[in-house]
Amino acid sequence: MIIDTTEVQTINSFSTSEFLKEVYGLIWIVPILTLILGITIGVLVIVWLEREISAAIQQRIGPEYAGPLGILQAIADGTKLLFKEDLLPSRGDIRLFSVGPSIAVISILLSYLVIPFGYRLVLADLSIGVFLWIAISSIAPIGLLMSGYGSNNKYSFLGGLRAAAQSISYEIPLTLCVLSISLLSNSSSTVDIVEAQSKYGFWGWNLWRQPIGFIVFLISSLAECERLPFDLPEAEEELVAGYQTEYSGIKYGLFYLASYLNLLVSSLFVTVLYLGGWNLSIPYISIPELFGINKIAGIFGMTMGILITLIKAYLFLFISITTRWTLPRMRMDQLLNLGWKFLLPISLGNLLLTTSSQLVSL
Amino acid sequence: MFLLHEYDILWAFLIISSVIPILAFVISGVLAPVSEGPEKLSSYESGIEPMGDAWLQFRIRYYMFALVFVVFDVETVFLYPWAMSFDVLGVSVFIEALIFVLIPIVGSVYAWRKGALEWS
Repeated sequence: MIIDTTEVQTINSFSTSEFLKEVYGLIWIVPILTLILGITIGVLVIVWLEREISAAIQQRIGPEYAGPLGILQAIADGTKLLFKEDLLPSRGDIRLFSVGPSIAVISILLSYLVIPFGYRLVLADLSIGVFLWIAISSIAPIGLLMSGYGSNNKYSFLGGLRAAAQSISYEIPLTLCVLSISLLSNSSSTVDIVEAQSKYGFWGWNLWRQPIGFIVFLISSLAECERLPFDLPEAEEELVAGYQTEYSGIKYGLFYLASYLNLLVSSLFVTVLYLGGWNLSIPYISIPELFGINKIAGIFGMTMGILITLIKAYLFLFISITTRWTLPRMRMDQLLNLGWKFLLPISLGNLLLTTSSQLVSL
Repeated sequence: MFLLHEYDILWAFLIISSVIPILAFVISGVLAPVSEGPEKLSSYESGIEPMGDAWLQFRIRYYMFALVFVVFDVETVFLYPWAMSFDVLGVSVFIEALIFVLIPIVGSVYAWRKGALEWS
């Protein structure tokens, strides 16, 4: 009897969930498309910012003709790439050549699933949150390796190998830093991590509890994004353009997109993990009280959350863009030494330190 | 896969983001001009005729780093469940985790001494 009733219940719940799925099927797509649209605009803004800031550092003018202050320059670049001829190297492996950039873009885009932009404003509040990002971000190097191998070009091959070696070397310090964070908040969910930092305003940030972890995370995420001073896979003087050498047209555009998507997702994760996410973080002042608005009745609060997250994230983008024009490129052996002999022991030590302090407070 | 409804949105997101490169390829295929030639399609090698194939043997160092990476990555994956339930498990499990971390540390010291982490 019992089995029968449970069976019936299961069938009932299953059919209702199927029914709900059909009804809400289309509504589910709306937040996903909104997020993708937002990410696209974010990437366009980064490209424009990068050009303007680089120009300012080098005392040039920068883009100025496409729209006011050259805002439309990034769109113009993208459209141009769509109209460019797509060359396939005659001796290469065409399938790997085409699948490589696609894998890079898809895997990086998937990490945006767990980023909270505001209170409960996250596409999926998964309990494994940050862990999903770490797992998915390991897939992108496979795409780079595939494209490097598929090009059948010596520069591309070396570039792909270097990209894979670099990202696996810096993956471990990054993972250990995130591990310390999830140890502090006893959860891997990104929403929980931000909530755990919200108690003491500005002073509750993980930045103050994890200063070593923060610096290691920053260096490793720069290396994961393959930006200067860690842009060895694309070092122009030695490897022409690394794994991108044979690419033209929209496939090159996909690599370009992937690198900026990666930069944006890294700075958003710095915000979430170390800088208190969507919270304003000024002690004793909360926005609803400031403007006399009830917290629950707030599309206003939601907008403020998104705005604060983006401001913090773009602050980090500014730092990484200025780093690009400040530091010289490293050598391959220096890069691997930094990863394995400096950052790995330090992040392990940081983990043990965090564990001990948690043990004391237990 | 179908039991965890929490992850439904992940699959939806995966499908939608897979459409993006396909869409880009289709649009570019329609719009972009095609004018192929043997010179144009040969692989780039600083302007001279490509010498031989690129699919050849490469440094063994890449494999060494990959091996050390696998050891540490698997270790970290095992530490995640422990970190998430640290407040419940307490001191005894902390010591167990410490022993667990010590084993790869000893291994990495050995690899370091043997020169597995040297590039040249």
